Amino acid sequence: MEPCSYTISQAHDLLKKRKLSAEELLRSCIKRVENVDQSLNCVVHRNFDSALTEAKKLDTSGNFDSPLSGIPYLAKDVFCEKGVPTTACSNILRDKDYLPPFDSTTTKRLKTAGAISFGKVNTDEFTCGGSTESSCFGVTKCPWNLERVSGGSSGGSAAAVSADECLFALGTDTGGSIRQPAGYCGCTGIKVTYGRTSRFGVMSYASSLDTIGTLAKTVEDAALILQTMAGKDPLDGTTSSVPVPDYFSSLHTSIKGLKIGLPKEYFIEGADPEVIASVRAAAKIFESLGATVTDISLPHTTYGVATYYVIAPCELSSNMARYDGVRYGHTVPHPENLLDYYERVRSEGFGAEVKRRIMIGTYALSAGYFDQYYRKAQKVRTLVKKDFEDALQKVDVILTPTAPTPAFKIGAHTDNPVQAYLEDAFTIPASLAGLPGLALPCGFSSGNLPIGIQLIGPQFREDLLFGVGHAFQQETDWHSRKPKL
Amino acid sequence: MVSLDPAAVRHIGKLARLRLTDEEVEKFAPELTSILQYIDKLSEVNTDNVEPTSQVTGLNNVFREDILRGEETSPDALLQTSPLPIIDHQIASPPAHG
Repeated sequence: MEPCSYTISQAHDLLKKRKLSAEELLRSCIKRVENVDQSLNCVVHRNFDSALTEAKKLDTSGNFDSPLSGIPYLAKDVFCEKGVPTTACSNILRDKDYLPPFDSTTTKRLKTAGAISFGKVNTDEFTCGGSTESSCFGVTKCPWNLERVSGGSSGGSAAAVSADECLFALGTDTGGSIRQPAGYCGCTGIKVTYGRTSRFGVMSYASSLDTIGTLAKTVEDAALILQTMAGKDPLDGTTSSVPVPDYFSSLHTSIKGLKIGLPKEYFIEGADPEVIASVRAAAKIFESLGATVTDISLPHTTYGVATYYVIAPCELSSNMARYDGVRYGHTVPHPENLLDYYERVRSEGFGAEVKRRIMIGTYALSAGYFDQYYRKAQKVRTLVKKDFEDALQKVDVILTPTAPTPAFKIGAHTDNPVQAYLEDAFTIPASLAGLPGLALPCGFSSGNLPIGIQLIGPQFREDLLFGVGHAFQQETDWHSRKPKL
Repeated sequence: MVSLDPAAVRHIGKLARLRLTDEEVEKFAPELTSILQYIDKLSEVNTDNVEPTSQVTGLNNVFREDILRGEETSPDALLQTSPLPIIDHQIASPPAHG
């Protein structure tokens, strides 16, 4: 077994006993990237040399007390790290590679804990998409089938973890961007409660929905990583002061008597029958562990996608206003005047999907339309949130598929944006309600594509989801299966 | 039923500071129309007496001390990321009126 395929817990054990060096572990990941990434296209910026320097420093110090010390990871290309190219996979920042002069809170905390960032991974441009097809670096392919997408927007993160290019990867989730690719690639992904982790230094998409999370090989690893990431940050006013529990100790709680709800709106016609069967089989496993499973209803589910595609583009159009060629990014020569400069920079810099969403948002926020679109969507958001609050009075956690189908074919939705948006129908509602969601593998389709489940819990109950997810991974081995590359 | 014609798409492009080519306008008009028509689904929902959600965990008026930290980076480091010339610690942006 190559060190790159270890879980964090396995690697930590060996590092601590000095049976493995941080340098060996990192070199193993780098070798894996060099061997397989040409076909997958996960890594868009390589930071190998400075990472190796960090690893050697750690080996000299010999301090591997922190569970993340010496653990190599890859960050989605929206996490700012001082002096490391960070481009949101957009030509507007790639032209003259943006080198952030500061660190995101998340990468800073991980660095303090000894984790080693060695590159940036692919995402849809500014995280706008569900397939990485809108990245200026091209699509990241699903490690299980190279004709299919890895999902998105954190597709580079999910594929890199699943292909053992790293021990874990950072992602962001606004409407499903961690959970959906985790499902498509067969890894574990945690989307946190809004405000559980700091957004400082991560390029914004939709500020009332954006969350920072991680993709990992097991629930146990995800819990270890989140322990370091979570908590109040003075640099992000929307982070919560709700205390962060000890996630590691919550892994070992019994799920006997746990009440699990299956929302009928997620088990509909149009969802792949193999996905439905696989998720129902997962429910049976929870029952065999002592949980009770009941049918519930989340009646406003059908309005989730429409609500999201008002709120997110509106907030995006506002957030994208900063990319005007003045403070950073792409530039054009000989502008006639400032307006000409803005228009040319932005037209050349942004790709089609970001332009579409900026225009939807601009239209919906333009004079006379605010009440009809943004305010209306915010009201429906309240109803979606209330659905979950009512349901979570009756059950402890909600179990759903991560997506209606396994990974789709590259190019399948190129000409139909609405169809592409519907791929996120099962992840968007929890995002609108600000709830945590844990995605983990629960089986494979007849075409050997991973299928994922999503566990949704009350706000700030990531600990509960980790306990339930860990119990599932103690009983099943879907998370240990590896793609042949 | 909402429908965007090419003139409307150009107008939105102008508001969004995007200069669209004729091909883009042709492509975006039906695509944006289909997205807006899908969004129209929200008009089915009765939202009388429903409060809008703008902050989902219930935070309200988060304050902090107004003190300069200056730990993250420096003003000059921030200026260095600009693609435009820096003159006397200011970015020389193109003139507003040519």
